[in-house]
Amino acid sequence: MDLAFTPEEQKFADDVRAFVKANLPADVRDKVKNGKHLDRDDYMRWQQALGKKGWLVYTWPKKHGGPGFAPAQRYIFENICAEEYAPGIIPFGTKMVGPVIYTFGSEEQKAAYLPAIRGSTVWWCQGYSEPGSGSDLASLRTKAEKDGDHYIVNGSKTWNTMGHWADWIFCLVRTDSKSKPQEGISFLLIDMKTPGITVKPIIMADGGHEVNEVFFDNVKVPVANLVGKENEGWTCAKFLLANERLGIAAVPQSKRGVEALKGIARTEQDNGRPLIENQSFAEKIADLEIQVTALEYTELRVLSQMAHGGQPGPEVSGLKIRGSEIQQRLTELTMEAVGEYSAPYLPGLLWQGTNEEPVGPEYAHLAAPRYFNTRKTTIYGGSNEIQKGIISKMVLGL
Amino acid sequence: MDLSLSDEQKQLQEQAERFVRDKYAFDARRKIAATDRGWLPENWAQFAELGWLGMSFSEDDGGYGGGPIETMIVMEQFGKGLVLEPFLPTVVLGGGMIARSGSKSQKEALLAPMIEGKKQFALAWLERQSRYNLADVSLKATKEGAGWSLSGHKGVVYNAASADHIIVLARTAGSAREPKGLTLFIVDGKAKGLTRRDYPTQDSLRASELTFDKVSVGADAVLGKVDEGFGIVEDGVDRAIVALCAEATGCMDAINAATLEYIKTRKQFGVAIGKFQVLQHRMVDCFTNAQEARSMTLMASLKIDDKDPVVRAKAASGAKVQIGKSGKFCGQSAVQMHGGMGVTDELSVSHYFKRLTMIDLMFGNQQHHLTRYSNLAMAA
Repeated sequence: MDLAFTPEEQKFADDVRAFVKANLPADVRDKVKNGKHLDRDDYMRWQQALGKKGWLVYTWPKKHGGPGFAPAQRYIFENICAEEYAPGIIPFGTKMVGPVIYTFGSEEQKAAYLPAIRGSTVWWCQGYSEPGSGSDLASLRTKAEKDGDHYIVNGSKTWNTMGHWADWIFCLVRTDSKSKPQEGISFLLIDMKTPGITVKPIIMADGGHEVNEVFFDNVKVPVANLVGKENEGWTCAKFLLANERLGIAAVPQSKRGVEALKGIARTEQDNGRPLIENQSFAEKIADLEIQVTALEYTELRVLSQMAHGGQPGPEVSGLKIRGSEIQQRLTELTMEAVGEYSAPYLPGLLWQGTNEEPVGPEYAHLAAPRYFNTRKTTIYGGSNEIQKGIISKMVLGL
Repeated sequence: MDLSLSDEQKQLQEQAERFVRDKYAFDARRKIAATDRGWLPENWAQFAELGWLGMSFSEDDGGYGGGPIETMIVMEQFGKGLVLEPFLPTVVLGGGMIARSGSKSQKEALLAPMIEGKKQFALAWLERQSRYNLADVSLKATKEGAGWSLSGHKGVVYNAASADHIIVLARTAGSAREPKGLTLFIVDGKAKGLTRRDYPTQDSLRASELTFDKVSVGADAVLGKVDEGFGIVEDGVDRAIVALCAEATGCMDAINAATLEYIKTRKQFGVAIGKFQVLQHRMVDCFTNAQEARSMTLMASLKIDDKDPVVRAKAASGAKVQIGKSGKFCGQSAVQMHGGMGVTDELSVSHYFKRLTMIDLMFGNQQHHLTRYSNLAMAA
């Protein structure tokens, strides 16, 4: 056992940092640093830079065009990107549909879709949840009926993140309604420009638009867009969810968040002294930092296991549970640090990128919207109640 | 001992319930929040007509002789409807402070018209550096002939844009954060040298940043005595806290009711999700939290007129700690049990959650009042 980086790992870390410093557009970095809303183009510019370097799909093996990073390199890459204020990589193509396609797709599908994911020239979104199917995903009802060499898709999907920016959507659809719920589901790739698709925004509690409802009205999809076998889409779905849960702990972002919180607590005043000198508050930050450390070392243990050929088991669900709780606690403490100056609601500054002057310091207006919005982390990707159910059943055998 | 409401108080409760039912359906509230003022003059006129603006003031002051229990009853219903009319800054804070500390002529000029619905107030105490210390004031008032000249900044002043008069906490003597040497001034909302930046708040109320550039006021603008404003504002804020706690109990009742209904009707895995024990226990904790909040609000409403200032301060801080804790638990749990729907703007749940969150941050959060309570309780 050795905690220190090897000389090769140190060299890799230096390379990553140099790359990010040279290639992350300055305006994008500033937006991330100041918690500003990012546009499609902001994500695309950074992801395409990573794509050119071959690092966008940093979790992919070499045979599918990924860099084949060892677990330690993956850890280094994620941490340095976060430290340098790079935007989070949009996971729908890179971490979700891409691995599904290279694992279950045909050679034609691999050739057709993977290059555009590696280079970030196509924006993907996810069509999983439905109004009636949240935690109970297998009850989904969006129907795909075969008509010659096409499927005709009817139904609706919800909690579709950034679908208003997407070129393609991957969907779970019902192709057989007679068998058990899990057995009649198929995995379908759909061009968002196909006639019959409508995207309707859902406005979140913080006033922002990031998710949508997507309606399908007699949408014609070529049978060639089916990934894997018909009625065996649940295998793809489960594979994808396991991948989704691995990255969801967001440890590097939380580490960055703790440092930002300390910065705010040094700036904010409390009885004429910096807030960080208030013992009660300092201990709350310390408690959070310890939680982040415990999560980080749990994740490192999983990575180390994977480096020795093991696969992450259901215990990765624990990473999602604690990771999401930590993200929430971070926003809660940030709002506590800002205090009453959390109250002003400035949608222009928050969402439209207008020149509206902040009230109080720049970070103040973000504190409450972040807190409200981050309540989603214990709900999405399988709610924490569902995750605990999985662990109690699969790990503890209860 | 009797903790039940009198017949008159029950009538008041029914009246307030009816108002919320008739005027504050969720969509109606959305429309009110989107108006220029952020509240409706016709509702305010109705408050005056129903006697709510004067109910907690003595008959000598032109009121109807009620007190904190009447305020509690109405504020609780306001919480259920997330009512936007500026009752707290105008009646509880402004009106209350003028009634307790104002001169005869101030009461005649301000309190009587307020009770008739013709004047509104705002309290400007917070500054950028103050956090929750009411004495951390640097806005300066200097002698200018017979009167005073005010210069400095005040932040997050609720209802400043609608207020006819703004009650401003200013430093007239003493050093930074010294309670002695603070004075309250009643300033005309349109005074020369006073500029505002108005904005909506997270919970759809209205507040402003105020800049005072040599704002001149007469000697008669002083509320209470020169250099002795701290006690008035501390007492006023404690009373506002108790009213705010009542509003929070109403919010908690409403958010719990919505959540209970949701988990009874939302089906997953072939059953209502309320059949899952993990949600049942959480719902029970929500219910218990709301009960504790209600109990502490009642306690504080009964003690806030006590002669002993320590009893009053402990009552307010104790209740605020409970409301902070219970409000966060009920709010976060409601969102979680609603799943994705809980984080949308579409359902009322997120709006109650936002109000409960902002209530915790107003006039000192849970941590601040725990420290204050601890200092008061351990000193005895």
